[in-house]
Amino acid sequence: MVVGKASEIRVASQDDVVVVRQAVRARAVEIGLNLVDQTKIVTAASELARNTVVYGGGGTVLLESLLDGGRRGLRLTFEDRGPGITDIEKAMQDGYTTGVGLGLGLGGARRLVSEFHITSRPGEGTQVRVTKWNG
Amino acid sequence: MGDFLLVTIQVDMHDRLAITLQEDLTERIVNDRTRGVLIDISALDIVDSFIGRTLGNIASMSRILDAETVVVGMQPSVAITLVELGLSLPGIRTALNVDRGMDLLRESLERG
Ligand SMILES: Nc1ncnc2c1ncn2[C@@H]1O[C@H](COP(=O)(O)OP(=O)(O)OP(=O)(O)O)[C@@H](O)[C@H]1O
Ligand SMILES: [Mg+2]
Repeated sequence: MVVGKASEIRVASQDDVVVVRQAVRARAVEIGLNLVDQTKIVTAASELARNTVVYGGGGTVLLESLLDGGRRGLRLTFEDRGPGITDIEKAMQDGYTTGVGLGLGLGGARRLVSEFHITSRPGEGTQVRVTKWNG
Repeated sequence: MGDFLLVTIQVDMHDRLAITLQEDLTERIVNDRTRGVLIDISALDIVDSFIGRTLGNIASMSRILDAETVVVGMQPSVAITLVELGLSLPGIRTALNVDRGMDLLRESLERG
């Protein structure tokens, strides 16, 4: 697998969430994802970016274009140095929230992408990495 | 437009803007004694859990104020994504476009 173009964006405010959505859309178009897949990865990015801001206290997202054999993909890595998640399994469940949300962000994001990895250490932070392939 | 209020969302909203919309709309419903609200989201290329929750809040708020809300113009790719996200928009009525949405509002107001 080859990692092509890579860029990092700060995710610290509500405005940054909008910037992330727009950057992910542009990259999804660039690698040739169809409209539905573009919409899915942008929606997942919006959920994860908001979590980074609201729960992670801000962080970054790395956007990477991937080439694997004939297929192309877009990989997003959200990282923060916030409080972390004690029980990841619970956090992934639909309807589980420690805030005022619907508790759909993490579970929903997982359903919208091809690959989903989350690592978190209480007191150290959280990393969520998702990939959408074009086939 | 008669008694209806048409709101067209034209920008990629950040969260604070979505909340402002919700507040402004509630005020307008009260001041104009609006019986029906159409929210045109045809320009939105995504609806995430936050925007979905805001639309739901607007719908329940207007119901309390004796007005009906219809969300119109959702792009098919957005609808497909919403289902997978797990957001069912409970209590929100949707229509294909503004005209259909107006028909829906008229019917339900006639029914009383
Ligand atoms: N980056 C993060 N750092 C710390 N905790 C997190 C992070 N992301 C998610 N969480 C925890 O996981 C829970 C579930 O997250 P999820 O995105 O699924 O739902 P939500 O954000 O609470 O609601 P919604 O996304 O539907 O608005 C959050 O309430 C929070 O406790
Ligand atoms: Mg969330």
